[in-house]
Amino acid sequence: MAMAAVETGRYHRSYASELRLWNTTPQRVRMIVLAVVLIVLPLVLDNYWMALVNTALIAAIGAIGLNVLVGFTGQISLGQGGFLAVGAFTSAILTDRAGVPAPLSIMGAVLLTAAVGMIFGLPALRLKGLYLAIATLASQTVIVFVVRRWDWLTEGEGFVDVMRLEVFGFSLSRANFDQQWYIILAVITILAALTATNLFRTGVGRSFMAIRDQDIAASAIGVNLTRAKITAFGVSNGFVGLAGALMAHYTEIISWERFTLDVSILYLAMIIVGGLGSVAGAIYGAIFITFLPVFSRMLADELGGVAPVLSDQLPAFEHAIFGLTIIIFLIFEPKGLNRIWQRIKEYFRFWPFRY
Amino acid sequence: MTQFLVLLIYGLSEGAILALAALGFVLIYKATGVINFAQGEFLLIGAYTFYTAFVIFQLPILIALLVGVVVAVVVGVLVERLILRPMVGQSHISIIMVTIGLAAVLSSIVQMFFGTQPRAMPNLFPTGSVEILNGSIPANRLWTLLVAAVVLTLLTVFFQKSKHGIAMRSVADDEQAAMTVGISVRRIFAMSWGLAAVSALIAGVLLADLTTVEMGIVNFGLLVFPVVILGGLDSVPGTIVGGLTIGLVTQFTAGYLDPGLAGVAPYIVLVLVLLVRPYGIFGEKRIERV
Repeated sequence: MAMAAVETGRYHRSYASELRLWNTTPQRVRMIVLAVVLIVLPLVLDNYWMALVNTALIAAIGAIGLNVLVGFTGQISLGQGGFLAVGAFTSAILTDRAGVPAPLSIMGAVLLTAAVGMIFGLPALRLKGLYLAIATLASQTVIVFVVRRWDWLTEGEGFVDVMRLEVFGFSLSRANFDQQWYIILAVITILAALTATNLFRTGVGRSFMAIRDQDIAASAIGVNLTRAKITAFGVSNGFVGLAGALMAHYTEIISWERFTLDVSILYLAMIIVGGLGSVAGAIYGAIFITFLPVFSRMLADELGGVAPVLSDQLPAFEHAIFGLTIIIFLIFEPKGLNRIWQRIKEYFRFWPFRY
Repeated sequence: MTQFLVLLIYGLSEGAILALAALGFVLIYKATGVINFAQGEFLLIGAYTFYTAFVIFQLPILIALLVGVVVAVVVGVLVERLILRPMVGQSHISIIMVTIGLAAVLSSIVQMFFGTQPRAMPNLFPTGSVEILNGSIPANRLWTLLVAAVVLTLLTVFFQKSKHGIAMRSVADDEQAAMTVGISVRRIFAMSWGLAAVSALIAGVLLADLTTVEMGIVNFGLLVFPVVILGGLDSVPGTIVGGLTIGLVTQFTAGYLDPGLAGVAPYIVLVLVLLVRPYGIFGEKRIERV
């Protein structure tokens, strides 16, 4: 079993083996373990925890999207919340009012969000660092303002009621709502993660990374900066639009309050905590940040006897823990959970030696 | 005409406060290269410290102000020492995120102590109104404008003339060169954060006097970004012009067009400026090499 935990090295004897996504036995064993866990999860967890798992899966898709832009291409974005809103409202309105089947409307949301992302990505052609961060902050503010004030979107109600998801004539049941959603979301998340992983094995993905590492050098070796940056914004926001659309169908009610700047910050925290520039990291981070408030609440209950202010001011306490988590990760483990996991694997690989 | 005049004074007074808040941001960015997303929280802490000293402990106004300054300097220096110094050399994204985390921690600490209920503070300035050209202008707005102008002038003079101000500018210009002529870069870093916190304190107290002491002060801090982009990140006069412009834009939009639009108008101005001049109106264009 120890053999299954880590590999001792990677050797390739053919191109086919080099192109494989998982090429060592330990990796395959881990994937099987993961698959078993994913299958067992809905059988052991109750509805409360399943709802959290589903939320985490949706967040994972959004975080993968944001990581394509921030972690892999190096273009900081504070507009995540706004783009989630575009995806959510597009899909909700298409199904509810135009009667488009859900799978098609979600696809429509992906395409429209990608297009909107490309438009708001245009400033990135000339700006970087702080200036880009502030430009995306502006796009966040503008999108949320539009969503808030454009009465047509919500028919003047301020929110959109989304009907129960129906896929290919099969409507989700009320009793097994979270379990059925879990199957859908798990499949989509796995597909999204595979797509993103494979993206960075192609030329387009590599050009994104070249821009992150040194954009001027990248253009010197023939990367078309304009095209690559706009593509990165499009691809990234395609994932974000998917997450937004799924969020709309899952929560069945959407309003502008779900897409504020705080949401953008939440997603940035996910990829920082998980690990910038790593698909697996985005997923770890999404899970961590989704479950953080739950654990803060437990902690507040534990400490409530000593310091009642913690449970009285629970939202503030959760927010403080959230901020503290970001700071601690950035100072002590800037490469995030993904790096911690790699170090654990390395420890066992070299065991019983230190290095 | 009357409405124009009232909006003008309102815009200028809010713009002056914005300029003070933005000046702290520029100070930190220039000296240490850190993009501080927690500037709004410094305003918040300043306002609440002053409130605690002045209203809860009933201290005389000058002593309360002194307490505020001491707390602001301590918080600023501690933040620099404990959080930003370990981050030296990290990427833009990491530094932005660490200040976002800091903002979350600072605002929730304030919320834990004081709750979300807005608190009223006795007026610091005379409340009557002044008749100018048939329009009645609240006197406290004029006083705010006056105080902000004095503080901004003092800070400008400090940068131009004083030994420490010149040292700060030299560090901003070139850290290594500053070190070789014997300037302690560490002390300058600490000083920038302390000074930024003090200018935020004054901005926070002035804002609290115009409105109330409440968590919403943080949102005012976000307006710092349009201001610094408009004014360019390198210049103090630019920041003042940027602050006044954004203050006027907000007030005129609220007065003549739509109060709801006022929150977005600064960002629309921001996008327009970035489209035409990507490095702000007063900012210098940086030449990059591989």
